[in-house]
Amino acid sequence: MLQAVRTGLRSPTLLIGSVILLFWIACALFGSRMTPLDPYADDLLATLTPPSPSHWFGTDQLGRDIFSRVIIGARDILIVAPLATVLGSVMGTALGLVIGYARGVLDDIVSRVIEALQALPLVIVALMALAAVGTSNATVVLVIGFVFTPLIARTVRSATLNEAELDYVAAARLRGDGAIAIMFIEILPNVLPVALVETTVRLGYAIFFVASLSFIGFGIQPPSADWGIAIAENYSLIGSYWWTVLFDAAATASLIIGVNLLADGLQSVLER
Amino acid sequence: MTPGITPPLGAAPADALCIEHLDVAYRVGASERRVISDLSFAIRTGETYGLVGESGCGKSTVALAAIRYLARNGRVSGGRILVDGRDLMRLKAAELRVLRAQTVSMVYQDPARALNPSIRIGRQMAEVFEVTEGLRGKPAQERSADMLARVQIATPQRVMGQYPHELSGGMQQRVVIAMALASNPALLILDEPTTGLDATVEAEVLDLIARLRDEIKTSILFISHSLAVIGRMCDRVGVLYAGELVEEGASAELFGDPRHPYTVALLRCMPSFGRSKRHGRLETIPGFLPAPGSISGRCVFVDRCANATERCRNEVPPPLALPGSALARLSRCFYPERAPHLPRSAEMPVPARRSETAALEATPDAVATPLLQTRHLSKTYRSGSRALQAVHDVTLELRAGETLGLVGESGCGKSSLAKLLLGLARPDAGSQLELTGQPLAALASDRTQAQRKAMQIVFQNPGLALNRSHTVRRLIQRSLRLLGLPRQRREARLRELTASVRLTARHLSDKPRQLSGGLQQRVSIARAFAGEPAIVVCDEPTSALDVSVQSAILNLLVDLQAEQQVSYLFISHDLNVVHYLCDRIAVLYLGRLVEIGPTAAVFAGPQHPYTEALLSANPAAQGVPGERVRLRGEIASALNLPPGCVFQTRCPRKIGRICEQREPPLLELEDGHVMRCHIPPAELARLQQGREPNRLSP
Repeated sequence: MLQAVRTGLRSPTLLIGSVILLFWIACALFGSRMTPLDPYADDLLATLTPPSPSHWFGTDQLGRDIFSRVIIGARDILIVAPLATVLGSVMGTALGLVIGYARGVLDDIVSRVIEALQALPLVIVALMALAAVGTSNATVVLVIGFVFTPLIARTVRSATLNEAELDYVAAARLRGDGAIAIMFIEILPNVLPVALVETTVRLGYAIFFVASLSFIGFGIQPPSADWGIAIAENYSLIGSYWWTVLFDAAATASLIIGVNLLADGLQSVLER
Repeated sequence: MTPGITPPLGAAPADALCIEHLDVAYRVGASERRVISDLSFAIRTGETYGLVGESGCGKSTVALAAIRYLARNGRVSGGRILVDGRDLMRLKAAELRVLRAQTVSMVYQDPARALNPSIRIGRQMAEVFEVTEGLRGKPAQERSADMLARVQIATPQRVMGQYPHELSGGMQQRVVIAMALASNPALLILDEPTTGLDATVEAEVLDLIARLRDEIKTSILFISHSLAVIGRMCDRVGVLYAGELVEEGASAELFGDPRHPYTVALLRCMPSFGRSKRHGRLETIPGFLPAPGSISGRCVFVDRCANATERCRNEVPPPLALPGSALARLSRCFYPERAPHLPRSAEMPVPARRSETAALEATPDAVATPLLQTRHLSKTYRSGSRALQAVHDVTLELRAGETLGLVGESGCGKSSLAKLLLGLARPDAGSQLELTGQPLAALASDRTQAQRKAMQIVFQNPGLALNRSHTVRRLIQRSLRLLGLPRQRREARLRELTASVRLTARHLSDKPRQLSGGLQQRVSIARAFAGEPAIVVCDEPTSALDVSVQSAILNLLVDLQAEQQVSYLFISHDLNVVHYLCDRIAVLYLGRLVEIGPTAAVFAGPQHPYTEALLSANPAAQGVPGERVRLRGEIASALNLPPGCVFQTRCPRKIGRICEQREPPLLELEDGHVMRCHIPPAELARLQQGREPNRLSP
C-alpha cells in the first residue's frame, strides 16, 4: 500500500490530477468560508460588470459575484456525481462478479441485456427516467447510478472471467468454499483494481453527465450556484459578457480533466 | 597485475563475438541497478559457447546486449562488445540494422511469439531473403523451401502455405531456426531455444542444431538454464551467477571437474540420472540469489558458499586462470582447488517411512484396499460435432504412502487426469472413482468435506495458484479451516505447518509477490497439507523453478511424506525427478495408459516403445553409449485418433498391420508391471538390449 502511494507520487499525471481534484473538494467543503463575497447576494446596481479588483470574475445578470459562485458551485456536482458513480460501481461490480463467475445462461441473458442498453444514448435514457420520476439530487444520483451499472458490470465481468480460470480458484473449490466466498473473498480483491480504475473513469463521465443534465434543466436545480445552471442562464450573453460563461465552463472542464488525469495515473500505477 | 590473472581477452579479429569487461545497468525508478558486471568472454569462429545460470543471473541481458537491443531502461555502462570484429556501441542506426539483418541472428524461447500469426510461413521466410539479399518472388520462395528442407521439414511446400498456429511447437521452432540461418549469420544466438518444448521434441531440435552447427560453421551463443542441454551442445561453457561469469572452460572439463563452488553446488543439486530418494537427500544451495547490484567489494557467491573465508568477504576475486588445461579455464574464486571438496549440505539419509514395506516393495498384495482407485476413467471434451478424448479408459490405483509418477508429453492427458481425480472436471459416464473403497462423487462440490480434505493439489505455477491479494497467513488459514479446529488451536497449527515447510514467521504477513518462486511453492505446499490430506497431487511442482530451488522442494516433499504418510500423484516431464521421487510410474500417451509399473522395473525394461523414446530423449542420459531412439513426427491429434494402437504413427518399433488394426492388449510382465503393446515382452527385451542408456546405474 505504502509502495503504491510512493509510486503514485512519482507519476506526474496522478499528482496533477489529485491536486486539481483536491482543490475542488476543498472548495466544496469549505467554499462558504472561502468566498470573498456572498455568492447569493444580488446587487442590481452592479449587474454584468466585467472582471475587476472588487469582482475578480465579474458579476452576472443579477449582480452576483461570479468568483464566489464558481467556488461554491463545486459543492452540488461533487456530491451528486461521486455518489452516482459509487452507486453504479458497487452495483456494477457485484453484478459483474456474479455473471462472470456463474457464466452459462445467466451470463448470456444479462450480457445481452447490457449490450442492448449500451446501444441506447445514455443521456436520453437518463432524461426520460428523470422526466418520469421527477428531478432532484437524489433521483439524479439513482438514475446515473443505474445507467452506469451495466457499463461497470461489463468490465468487472471480463476481469472475473480471467481470474476464475486461475488455479487459486480451483484450490478454493477443493477446500469446499462456496460460490459467495469464492466471488467475494477470493476473486473480488483481484478485480478491485480494475473496478477502481473504471470507477474513476466513470466519475469523469458522471461530472460531465450531471453538468449536461443541469444545463438542460434536469439535473441540479436553482438556486444552487451550480456551473451547469450558470452556463445555461448566461450562454446567450456570451458575445458581450463572456465572463458570465467562461469561468463556470473552465471550472467544469478543469474538474473533468483533473479526474481523467487521476484515472490515467491510477491505471498506470495499479496495472504494474 | 598479479601473476595468474588473465589479461583482458585480446580480441582476435576472427572472434564472432567478443565481450570485454561489460557492465549493464537497468534504471529502476531513480536508481540504477547493475545486472552485469565485468563480464568478458569470446566466441571463436565455428565455436558453440554455452552460457548457463539460474533465472535472474543475467543470461538474457547478455543476449540482448550482444545485439544492442536492451530494454529502454537498460544501458551498457562499461566495456566493449565486438561482433565480428566491429564495436557494437559505435555503430550508427543504419549500420546496426545491417548488422542485425546480416551478421547476427537470434532465436528466442517461444517460437509462437517470434512468428507473425497472421502471415503464412512462406511469406515470412521470403521476407528474410528480400531484406538480406534483395531476392523477390520465385527465387525467394525457392530459397525458403531449401532452408526449410535443411531444418528437416519433410514437406516444405505445404508448410510454407500454412499459418504459424497450424504448426506444432517443434515445427515452429524449426521454422524460426531456418529464418535465423537464412542470412547465413556469423553469430547465432539461441536463448533457451528448447525450454518450451517437450522432451522428445527437444531432443529432435537439439539433434538438428548439432547437425547444422557441424554443417554451416556458424558461431553459436547458446543460452540455457539446463546444465544437461548446455553440456551436450557446447564446446565451451561460461557459468553466470548474479551478473558475473564465475567459471569458464571447455564443457567436458568444466562439468567433469568444476572449480567454482557455485558450479560444484549447482551440479550436485540435479537429481542425476538413475538416482532415487533411497540413495539420500538432494543437495541444495542455502540462501538466495542476491539482488542485482547489492554486492560490491566481495565475492558475489560469498553468502551461500561453504568454502568462504575472510578474504572472500573483503575482496573481489578476479577471474583466475587455472593451469593445466588445453583450453583456457577461468574461475572467479580465490580457492579453485578447494571447490571440488565443497562440504555437502545434505549428508543425512532420508528419514525412514513408517509404512516402509507397503510403499517401497510395491507388491500388489501388500495393501488390501488401494487408497484411490479409478476404473475406466474417461473424459471427452466436445465442441460441436468434434470430440476430443483427453483421458480414455484409465484404470489405476494409488496405494497408501506411495508416490505414483505420471509422465508423458504435453497434451497426453496428465493434467486432465489430475483434474478428474480431484473433482475439478466431470468424467464421462461409466467412469468410476473410489476413495478407500467408497465411491467418490464426480465433482468436488458433491463430495463430503472429509473426502475433499483427503485430496489436495500443488500446482505448477505458484504465482497463479496463490491468491495474490492475500497474505501468506490468510492463504494457509483459509485451508486450515478444513480441519475444523477451535480458534486457539488454529494459530498453533499454522505455526507448525509453516515450520514444516521451512518458512519463517516473518513470511506470514507477506503477499505472494514479495516471495521468490521457491518460497511461493512452499506456501502452496503448506496450503495443500493444511487439511492433513491422504493424497496430494503434485502437478509439475518444480518445473517453473530453478535447479537449486527444485532440489529443496523435492527434499521437502520427501520429508513431508515420511512424516505424514501421504500418497503423491506426481506429474512431471522430467524423468530424473520422477525416478528420484516415485515408487511407481504410469506413462500416458494420448490419454491412454500405455505402461505402469514399479520405477525400477520400468526404467530397467523391457519398456513400452513410447517409454523407451521418452527415456532416450532425456538430455541427462546422453553421452551414454548406445543407439538413441528418436520419435519421428508429431504427437497425433486427439481429435483424430489413429486406428489400432494410438502410438503406431510414431512408434519406432512398429511391427506391422496388427498395430494399425487392433488396439493392443494389456500385458502383465511381472509383479505390477503392465504395458499395452503387441510386441511380446521377451522380444521387446531383446530389441532393447543393445541400448544401455536406460539401464540403472547401480
